[in-house]
Amino acid sequence: MTAPVLRVRGLVKEYGEGDARVRALRGVDLDVDKGDYVAVMGASGSGKSTLMNILGCLDVPTSGSYQIDGADVGLLDEHRLALLRNRRVGFVFQSFNLIPRMSALANVELPLVYGGVGQAERRSRALAALEQVGLSDRLHHEPNQLSGGQQQRVAVARALVTAPALLLADEPTGNLDTASTRDVLDILDRLSASGRTIVVITHEDDVAAHAKRVIRLVDGAIVEDRRRAPVDGPPPRLAEAAR
Amino acid sequence: MNRLEILRFALRGLLANKMRSALTTLGILIGVAAVILLVAVGEGSSQSIQKNIQRLGANTLTISPSFTGGGGRGGPAGGGQNTGPRTQARQLTLADAEALADRAAAPSVASVSPVVTAGSATATYEAASHDIGQLVGTYPSYFEAMNKQVARGTYFFNDDVLAARKVMVLGTTVAEELFGDLDPIGRQVGVSGVPFTVVGVLKESGSTGMQDADDVALAPLPAVQQSLTGFGPLGSIVVRATGASATASAQAEVTAILNQRHGVTGGAAADYRILNQATLQETVSAATGTFTVLLGAVAAISLLVGGIGITNIMLVTVTERTREIGIRKAIGAPRGAILGQFLMEATLLSLVGGLSGVLVAFAGTRFTIAGIEPVLVPSSVALALGVSVGIGLFFGGYPANRAAKLRPIQALRHE
Ligand SMILES: Nc1ncnc2c1ncn2[C@@H]1O[C@H](COP(=O)(O)OP(=O)(O)OP(=O)(O)O)[C@@H](O)[C@H]1O
Ligand SMILES: [Mg+2]
Repeated sequence: MTAPVLRVRGLVKEYGEGDARVRALRGVDLDVDKGDYVAVMGASGSGKSTLMNILGCLDVPTSGSYQIDGADVGLLDEHRLALLRNRRVGFVFQSFNLIPRMSALANVELPLVYGGVGQAERRSRALAALEQVGLSDRLHHEPNQLSGGQQQRVAVARALVTAPALLLADEPTGNLDTASTRDVLDILDRLSASGRTIVVITHEDDVAAHAKRVIRLVDGAIVEDRRRAPVDGPPPRLAEAAR
Repeated sequence: MNRLEILRFALRGLLANKMRSALTTLGILIGVAAVILLVAVGEGSSQSIQKNIQRLGANTLTISPSFTGGGGRGGPAGGGQNTGPRTQARQLTLADAEALADRAAAPSVASVSPVVTAGSATATYEAASHDIGQLVGTYPSYFEAMNKQVARGTYFFNDDVLAARKVMVLGTTVAEELFGDLDPIGRQVGVSGVPFTVVGVLKESGSTGMQDADDVALAPLPAVQQSLTGFGPLGSIVVRATGASATASAQAEVTAILNQRHGVTGGAAADYRILNQATLQETVSAATGTFTVLLGAVAAISLLVGGIGITNIMLVTVTERTREIGIRKAIGAPRGAILGQFLMEATLLSLVGGLSGVLVAFAGTRFTIAGIEPVLVPSSVALALGVSVGIGLFFGGYPANRAAKLRPIQALRHE
């Protein structure tokens, strides 16, 4: 067994000061192995997004340690953190977070620009990523010319384009209708089957049913950790379909 | 992430808000153009004043009688030559001029030209007549001392002075008024009825200010005295020093000789005045320098206002785009890239504004502004450009740096 992609120990996150202090995470321990597909569930306000933001290196914990591929994130300087976000982690937001007035293609190319990839390679990789999410016919549309589902697929393509070891998605289907939800989940299933490590936050059992492992958070602590399929097998929905 | 990409991002950012970018650029443009133009106008006026002074002749001292001073020591009004309170004051005489020409007593003096000036003298040629602004009777050395050059014909010479010949050198204005397109050389002009032969025409000196420097006529001293002014006192004496460095010693020698001859001793006020071109020039250039600084300061304020415009726009831009900064950081933009983009935007704004300001100023200095030909001062161009770009970098960099330092999640949550 190789070292886990993610290793979290005693993670605590507090917001605010004094009376207004909120403990969003109260000591979370979590290991995620390479190739796993984890769904994080829990009631609103249970700390799911807080956890995800820390895993994506967008925020820092109040205390506790966090390692990606064995490297302690807390010890990294600003520049290495940027590199880490760029190369190792793909992040999909509930609210898409595409950059306005930039075409879908330009949005997807953006992480590669910051990663220092040359123009020609950038173009071909971005085209491939958009092809993967089925948006080859919307390359030059700007975000405000795309439907919610299409925007989220652009966001997924942007998260994928750097081929990160870890894909984090915070309620990727929260704003989508059933058809678009199915599109996005199919993409995630295929990525999981190809060996990508995925952590996804969701409210919906339908979405969680796609994951190999389901974790339940209550008030900032893990209360349930259930495995639904082996780490190195295909995700459950694909396995069923194959049967 | 190379420079070209940063430049592309910056351009895209600026073009996303064309109106705002254009107005900011305009602010800087006006500031920079104002600084350069106003300094150029100041420099132009100071140079034209300097030129006017220089035209009076270099290294020269002009001695003229001063009626406020009195010779001798506080003596009462004597009934000798004049009446009134200034009876002690002595006029300048030809003898004074001859004394100044004494090599031994005044080694720093190169030449001495006694001058009489006839007031309104009307010159006529056939049907044409003209009131000469200044009819000067003097010696040939006057030409060199006062920087008067002949364009056509000749000067008059010492022989002419000794023989009191009625010859005359005309300024261009006089020549044109009397002769039009005719060649005046060798023709006779009547001055208050006395015929003078024109031997030369002066080079045009161009005139700025009130007085037409070409409305003059020069003739040998005794000729003018005989026919027009009489053999009274001199109007002034022009002394040329041997060199620029000798003007001070020449002034001292002249003062010593005249004090002795006029009986000015101790603390008594002299009955003559010495105008030293060098000191006059210094005084005037100090004054015009102050004037230029004043103009520059006014312009600098407009540049500062333009700079505040940039600061304001950058603040608004950065605040408005904090969320975008958050997204860029979340997908792995290093701080340097974010900072670079906004710095580049600010630099482009101020550079484009500054350079077009320089162009406008270059175009503006080709025109005469309020009778003054502006003279471009290169250092003002560098200063204005430098300040505008500096302001852009500093005040654009500050909010951008603040935003780039935010944690991605802070920037993303920004409303
Ligand atoms: N920036 C913040 N400042 C203060 N409190 C915060 C902040 N962000 C989150 N919290 C608090 O932390 C707790 C956990 O928030 P979090 O966003 O992680 O919940 P969540 O599980 O993602 O909920 P949801 O399912 O509604 O998205 C909440 O009680 C919330 O009020
Ligand atoms: Mg949430």
